[in-house]
Amino acid sequence: MAYEPVIGLEIHAQLLTKSKIFCSCSTLFGAEPNTHTCAICLGMPGVLPVLNRTVVEYTIKMALATNCAINESCNFARKNYFYPDLPKGYQISQYAQPLSEHGYVDIEQNEGKKRIGITRIHMEEDAGKMIHDEHLPSSYIDLNRTGVPLIEIVSEPDMRSSEEASAYLKRLHEILVYLEICDGNMEEGSFRCDANVSIRPRGENAFGTRTELKNMNSFRNVQRALDYEIKRQQYILESGQAVIQETRLWDDSQGVTLSMRGKEEAHDYRYFPDPDLVPIVIDESWVAEVRKNLPELPLAKRERFMRDYQLPSYDAGVLTSSRVLADYFEDVANLSGKPKAASNWVMGDILRFLNEEKRDIKDCPILPQSLAEMIQLIENGTISGKMAKDIIEEMYRTGKPPTTIIEEKGMVQITDEAALAKTIAEILAANTAQVEQYRGGKEKVFGYFVGQVMKATKGKANPQLINDLLKKMLTAS
Amino acid sequence: MELHQLTIHELQKLIRSKEVNSSDIVKSVFKRIDAVEGSVHAYITLMKEHAFEEAAKADRCIREGNIRALTGIPVALKDIVCTKGFLTTCGSRILHNFIPPYDATVVEKLKEAGAVFTGKTNMDEFAMGSSTETSYFGITKNPWALDRIPGGSSGGSAAAVAADLCIASIGSDTGGSIRQPAALCGVVGMKPTYGRVSRYGLIAFASSLDQIGPFTKDVEDCAIMMNVIAGHDPRESTSVPLDVPDYTAFLSRGIDGFKVGIPKEYFIEGIDPEITEAMRGAMKAIEGLGATCVEISLPHTEYCLAVYYIIAPAEASSNLARYDGVKYGFRADDCKDLLDMYKKTRSAGFGAEVKRRIMIGTYALSSGYYDAYYKKASQVRALIKRDFEEAWKHCDVILTPTTPTPAFKIGEKIDDPLQMYLSDIFTISTNLAGIPGISVPCGFTRQGLPIGAQFLAGHFEEGKLIQIAAAFEKQANLKQRRPNL
Ligand SMILES: [Zn+2]
Repeated sequence: MAYEPVIGLEIHAQLLTKSKIFCSCSTLFGAEPNTHTCAICLGMPGVLPVLNRTVVEYTIKMALATNCAINESCNFARKNYFYPDLPKGYQISQYAQPLSEHGYVDIEQNEGKKRIGITRIHMEEDAGKMIHDEHLPSSYIDLNRTGVPLIEIVSEPDMRSSEEASAYLKRLHEILVYLEICDGNMEEGSFRCDANVSIRPRGENAFGTRTELKNMNSFRNVQRALDYEIKRQQYILESGQAVIQETRLWDDSQGVTLSMRGKEEAHDYRYFPDPDLVPIVIDESWVAEVRKNLPELPLAKRERFMRDYQLPSYDAGVLTSSRVLADYFEDVANLSGKPKAASNWVMGDILRFLNEEKRDIKDCPILPQSLAEMIQLIENGTISGKMAKDIIEEMYRTGKPPTTIIEEKGMVQITDEAALAKTIAEILAANTAQVEQYRGGKEKVFGYFVGQVMKATKGKANPQLINDLLKKMLTAS
Repeated sequence: MELHQLTIHELQKLIRSKEVNSSDIVKSVFKRIDAVEGSVHAYITLMKEHAFEEAAKADRCIREGNIRALTGIPVALKDIVCTKGFLTTCGSRILHNFIPPYDATVVEKLKEAGAVFTGKTNMDEFAMGSSTETSYFGITKNPWALDRIPGGSSGGSAAAVAADLCIASIGSDTGGSIRQPAALCGVVGMKPTYGRVSRYGLIAFASSLDQIGPFTKDVEDCAIMMNVIAGHDPRESTSVPLDVPDYTAFLSRGIDGFKVGIPKEYFIEGIDPEITEAMRGAMKAIEGLGATCVEISLPHTEYCLAVYYIIAPAEASSNLARYDGVKYGFRADDCKDLLDMYKKTRSAGFGAEVKRRIMIGTYALSSGYYDAYYKKASQVRALIKRDFEEAWKHCDVILTPTTPTPAFKIGEKIDDPLQMYLSDIFTISTNLAGIPGISVPCGFTRQGLPIGAQFLAGHFEEGKLIQIAAAFEKQANLKQRRPNL
């Protein structure tokens, strides 16, 4: 029987606010354990939370960017459960009245665009971290992360393959990073993903029993875990058994999902409105203000790049994968007036250099002006494309503008026709045998002559000019 | 008269005229504590050394002429407000060793006003009780009859003021925990409007009902204390950013023309006849001052107790989850694993009444029951609030008995939670509606036990309460009578 997977994702994104959601402690990652804490985030008796308004603003941004409706009034609820990394014994989250609901994003698939529904986006606080020492009977707790603001983005069960899930995940990641409200770092846990998966016979409308997958800390692992889990469920159904509703952890080293807890152990979180916090009223003007300051989103940018710069879809996709890269490309394209050349240089050499050193585009030593200048130097024939390959490497190494490098190395292209003709004539005179071969129909020899000319001019000759002159002079006499 | 017997305003006069200084007053209070605290047991922790140090500082201020609202005045704090560097137990074993690294806002404000803290007073564990019998640290006795309870949960604070073990004190009121013990101990106790006094640093019982307020020997002192502790606090989201009037300005305004609502639902069966009689006397007294009494109706009164005993335990079950033995406070020994530690710690750390309420609250919030209990209770709470809004169309303030009976015997109701819960029958609606209330002495039973009258007003109308309570207090003229200790 053919089965169809049904997948929904729950994404937790840490917001890039300076301070925590309900106290003024820093949110910076990597500090000494328990140094970014205070009585409030430690859940001491008698302390009270006060909401960081920036968290609301960032969540509105994400809601607008994913076409969600923003509720005029929302509130916080307590999610009650015991765990040592949760000092109050409850997590402040949103439940019955989230900040926003009913949104969507479009993903591109081979069959075209597909719309993935977003059920809700809500705000909550992060929990701390347990540190276990295998050699000790006790564990340690680091509460630096406690109270760091999170948004939870819950999708509809709209995805039908691990590829779709992966595309959706990447789309949300890209939007969050574009909005500059999340750093998107999956290893450090600032972007986390849980998945609900079930399968059903193709054509069936009812959902199968689902499992919840956790602990997938990279895009690759999300897809691997989903593929494994889909196969596992299929195997169970095909062998006549039933899938159990449970939470399963992805084990990266074994490449399998393992049962964590079953439905009967599922928590009753006893949600109720947090009496320590007042309802949050979000009026039209606040939404309008946030909307006004919203950056162009990746999809819109991609379409604009294809339209305005005549770029192929692939190029537009790569160049808009981050806001800084897109800005870099646009600067080069506009300053040089040659968008396709700009795209080729940025996607080719620049990204290769950066990848080799695992550097970010914002740290690129070549300024957009310099790259644009280099493109113009190729256009006006001052340098050849081949020379440019060497020059750009030097530019990357030194950060110097191309003109300085050309001057320092005397790399100006020979475009003087008379001088070049003289050199060619000398080469033809010294290689009469090959000239004969060419004239006898062996056109391959042409490449040999080009090489000789380049060698004689130390690569500075304009390749087009060499071609033209060689052809003319070889056929002339 | 001894200094510990005086009021804040009487002592202030003596301080200003340089007849006494803070050290004299503190000395007098601690002499009194040495004499009778053994039989009353109003305190969990005494801050004697600290008090004398602060008194010396206050004396310097007095000499320099820098006299603030409470400079040099000994004030006791219910052991539910956090005091930086001083044990704060909330009457519970689970916090028997907890020393907060911060002060509650109200503590900061009192310090700022120059108050000298005498100690932390006894209370029902986590403020859950009406008799101060559920404290892990022993029972407080009623100074008027040592075999009787002082009321609760702020029984220690009420008894301390009644027995002159401090000049004024701070309590907290979630369902009557200031007004009920004030009535039973014959002192003045006010529960301000929800949001008027900061809850920051007040160990939470039921966050939507809890409010801090003062216990004083008379209404003028109540106004002085309110001037110090009321006001907006940016550290509390439910604190209301409204200006605070000078409450002492209401003291001598009189109540000529006041309409006083008498809710017919509050004169129920089971109310002690001596209390009914005292209430009739009170009505007569205020009518003699130019006010008129009008019958009003608060139709949802009969649901108050039920609503309260869902909402308060539900919030408490969540508020008390943090006492898990992980970070501070009591932790049980010999735990096998995490779950075992939670179970043993919370089983041994909390007393029976607290555990009862945690279980009731957990049940009321659990999936499948939330709608029938917590949600329904919240809806009825809105109706109770509306009852009062309707009432203010017909009267300025409301008069009721504070309690249905005078102080009962120690042990009399501790094994009968429902009887115990009925002690708060007249005070609970105030917290559900978020309005202010005050209890003032209005007489004594033939056995010599104090009786309290309760006045209620609309949100942020504490001034009106001071106004009528002050006028009534003057008319009733009960201040001369003191407990015989
Ligand atoms: Zn903090």
